Amino acid sequence: MEKVIIDPVTRIEGHLRVEVTLDGGRVKEARTSGTLFRGFEIILKGRDPRDASQITQRVCGVCPIAHATASVFALDQAFGLEDKIPSNARIIRNLILGSNLLQSNILHFYHLAGLDFVDLTRLARYEGENASLRTLREFLAGGNSSPFLPRYEGDYRLGDKANEELASHYLLALEVRRKAHEMLAIFGGKMPHNVGTVAGGVTENPTVDKISSFLWRVNEIRQFIDNVYLGDVMRIVEKYEDYLEMGASGCQFLSYGAFNLDRDAIDKTRGSRLYEQGLADPALKLKALEPERITEQVRNSWYENGTTNRHPSRADTVPSENKSGAYSWLKAPRYDGEPCEVGPLARLMVGYSWGHSPVQNLVEKSLAAMKLKLPALQSCLGRHLARALDAKLVADAMAEWVVELKPGDPVYVPYELPDEAEGMGLSEAPRGSVGHWIRIRRGVIDNYQLVVPTTWNASPRDDSNKPGPMEKALEGIKVKDSRNPLEVVRIIRSFDPCLACAVHFVTPKGRELKIFRIR
Amino acid sequence: MKVKRQPVIWLQGAGCTGCSISIMNSVSPSIKNLLLDEVVPGSLLQLVFHPTLMAASGEVCIEVMLDAREKKEGSYILVMEGSIPTARGGIFGTVGEKKGEPVTILSRFVNLARGSLAIIAVGDCAAFGGIPAARPNPTGCKGAKDVLEHEKIDVPLINIPGCPPHPDWFVGTVAHILLYGLMSPDDLDELNRPKAFYGQLIHENCPRRPYFDEGKFARQLGEEGCLYELGCKGPFTYADCPLRHWNGGVNWVIGAGSPCLGCTEPSFPDIAGPFYKKISDWEKLKPPLK
Repeated sequence: MEKVIIDPVTRIEGHLRVEVTLDGGRVKEARTSGTLFRGFEIILKGRDPRDASQITQRVCGVCPIAHATASVFALDQAFGLEDKIPSNARIIRNLILGSNLLQSNILHFYHLAGLDFVDLTRLARYEGENASLRTLREFLAGGNSSPFLPRYEGDYRLGDKANEELASHYLLALEVRRKAHEMLAIFGGKMPHNVGTVAGGVTENPTVDKISSFLWRVNEIRQFIDNVYLGDVMRIVEKYEDYLEMGASGCQFLSYGAFNLDRDAIDKTRGSRLYEQGLADPALKLKALEPERITEQVRNSWYENGTTNRHPSRADTVPSENKSGAYSWLKAPRYDGEPCEVGPLARLMVGYSWGHSPVQNLVEKSLAAMKLKLPALQSCLGRHLARALDAKLVADAMAEWVVELKPGDPVYVPYELPDEAEGMGLSEAPRGSVGHWIRIRRGVIDNYQLVVPTTWNASPRDDSNKPGPMEKALEGIKVKDSRNPLEVVRIIRSFDPCLACAVHFVTPKGRELKIFRIR
Repeated sequence: MKVKRQPVIWLQGAGCTGCSISIMNSVSPSIKNLLLDEVVPGSLLQLVFHPTLMAASGEVCIEVMLDAREKKEGSYILVMEGSIPTARGGIFGTVGEKKGEPVTILSRFVNLARGSLAIIAVGDCAAFGGIPAARPNPTGCKGAKDVLEHEKIDVPLINIPGCPPHPDWFVGTVAHILLYGLMSPDDLDELNRPKAFYGQLIHENCPRRPYFDEGKFARQLGEEGCLYELGCKGPFTYADCPLRHWNGGVNWVIGAGSPCLGCTEPSFPDIAGPFYKKISDWEKLKPPLK
C-alpha cells in the first residue's frame, strides 16, 4: 500500500488537498479535503438582506454570477417578487449568468485542465510561422520556463501538429474568455463581481447599442466554440480514449435547472427553462426535484452526529474536531440519502432524460459525429465534452435571448423590505447546482445557508459510508507512476472543482466558534 | 539586449481568485503579453508560482516556491492575493505540507515576504482584510500591512485594493517598477495605494455628478439621477473607475446603474455596507486627508 498526497491541487479554484491510497498500483481509496475556511455564513448574519447578492459573489471569483443569481432568487422569494420580475430583467439575468458560464467553461478546458493533456514545453522546438507560438518558443528558450514547468511528467500523447494547434488555442482562448467578461459587463457593470443582478431585477437598462454590442460578442464566442473548442475536445478524446472509460462517478445526476424562459413563472419547480430541473440515474431514469429531500449528513465530517441528515434551511453546524473516523470539513449533501454528481454533464443528462429537444439533439448529433455512445459521456473526458456542449447550448440560446430585450420597458420592481421572511434560490453554476437559503428576522439576515456544486461532487462518505462522487470516480483507477499521478489530477480536474465555494460554510475547528452556531 | 526576467511569486490566501481573474481581463497588455512578452522593453515577468495558472501540482509546485525563495532572495516580487488568516496560528488556511504537517498561509507569507524585493497586495482582502475579515472576522483575517508590522518585516509594500482591482492598476504598478524602479513614498497615498490610480474620489469624476449638484436623485434602481440616496459610496471612495471604465472599457459600476460599493477602501464591506442604503454615518466614512 502506498499513499499519494497532492497538496495543493493547482489549476482549480481554491485550496484542495487529495490523498489516495494505492494498492498494487490501483486507487483503493480516495479522500479529498478543502484547506481554507472563511466563514461566509457567519459573516452574512446580521447584515442587510440585500447585501447577500454582493457578499456571496465574493465566495468565488470564477463563478460569482451563479451565487448572485441564486441569491437574488432567494431574495425575490423572500420579498414576494417571484412573479413580478420584468421580462427585461429575467433576460438580462440570463445573459449575465450565461456570459460567465462561457468564460468559466473556456477557462477550465484550456487553462485549468488543458495543461494535463497539452505539452506546451514541446513548443521550445517550434519551427512554424505562427506568431504566438514563436513568442512562446522565445519565452521557453530564455531559460526558466515557469509557470509551464515543472509539472507531472510522462503521458503527453498529442502529435506535434495537434499539440501546436492546441497550444496556440491556449493563447487564443485567453482572449476569448476575456471577451466573455466584456460581454457580461455590458449589462453587469464589471466583472468579476457584477453589480447588475439585484433583488427585484437588474440595474441596467437595455439600449439598442448595448444589445447589438452584446450580440456580436456572443456571435464571436459562438464561432470559437463551433470552430475551435469542440474540435479541440474531440482531438483530446481521440488520443486519450481510455479516459472515456475512466472517472465515472456512478452517482445519480442532479440539476436545479437554469435560465428561466417563462415570462411570469410563479412556481419555480415547474417553469420552463433552457436547463430542466430534476434527477437522472446513470441509466437516465428521471425523477422530479423535490428540494425538501436534500439533506446534509455528517457521520464522516467533523460535526456532531446529532446534527446529521437535516435540510439546509434547518441546518445546524456543531463542530466535533476529534470525532473518530471523520476526515473532512465538508458535509455530505444527499438527495433522498443518495450522493449526486452535479455539473455540465449532469445538466445534459437531466435535460436528455426529460426529452428536452435542444439538449437531446445536440448530444445525439455530437456523439454520432464522434462515433460514441451515450455512456461514454459518463467519464473523465465525457465531462470535458459535456462542458463544451454546455457552452454551445447556452451561447446559441443567448444570441436569441438578447434580441428579445425591449428598450424602454422596466428592468426593476420596487419592494418593501420585510421584517420576517424566508426564501430559497436554486440555480446552476458552471460547475453545477447551487442553492441558497435565507431567513430574515427583524429586517436582517438571521440565517443564510449555501449548498454549492463542489460540496456535492467532493463530498466525503455519508452516514451509510457511501463515498462522494469524486472519491467514487477515483476508486479503482490505475496510477502508472505514483510520483507523477496524472490520472488522479485529470479525473479531479474533470469535475472543475471550486473549493472556495465548497468550504466556505463549514464551521472551523475550534470550540470558541460554537458561539456562532445558528439554530 | 539581454532581457531581464523579473521573478514573481503569486501567493493566494483567503480570497476567491477574483483578483487573478481580473488581471486575466487585462486588455493592453493582454494576459498573454504579461505571461510571455517583454512588459516594457527589456523586461519580462517570470511568474514562478501562481496556483491558478501553473502546470505543477502538489510537492512539485511547493518545491518551486521554496527554491525561488532561496535562490532569488531579495530579487523577487511577492504578490499577495487574498487575506491572511491569523486566528489560532493561522490554521484556517494552509498550502502544502512540511514533514506531513500542513503549512499555514500565514507562515508561507511571512517567509516569502522576508526574502522579497517588494510586496504587492492585490485586492481589498490582501490590502485591508476585505470580505473574510468582515464582522465578526471568524478566522482572524488580516491584510498584508498588519501582518508585516506584527512580524516587523520592513519590505516596501504597495496596495492595489478593489474587489477585484482593475487590471490596469496592477499592470501600471508593475510597469512602474520595471521602468523606474520601486515606487517612492511620494507616489503612494497614506494607505500605500498608487496615487496615479487612487488619487481622486469616484464622486469627483462621476458623470452623474451634475445630478447630485442639482439635487436630482434616483428613487429606485434603473432610474436616471444621482445614486446617492440609493447607497452610492462614491463620495468617499478613491479610484479612477469613472474615467477608466471596466472590462475593455465597456461599462463600470455606476454606468450600469448601480451604486458604488466602496470596494477600494478599508471600510469595505462593514462600514460601506449596507450597500443599498444611503450613507448614514459620515464621520466613520470621512475620506482621509490627502
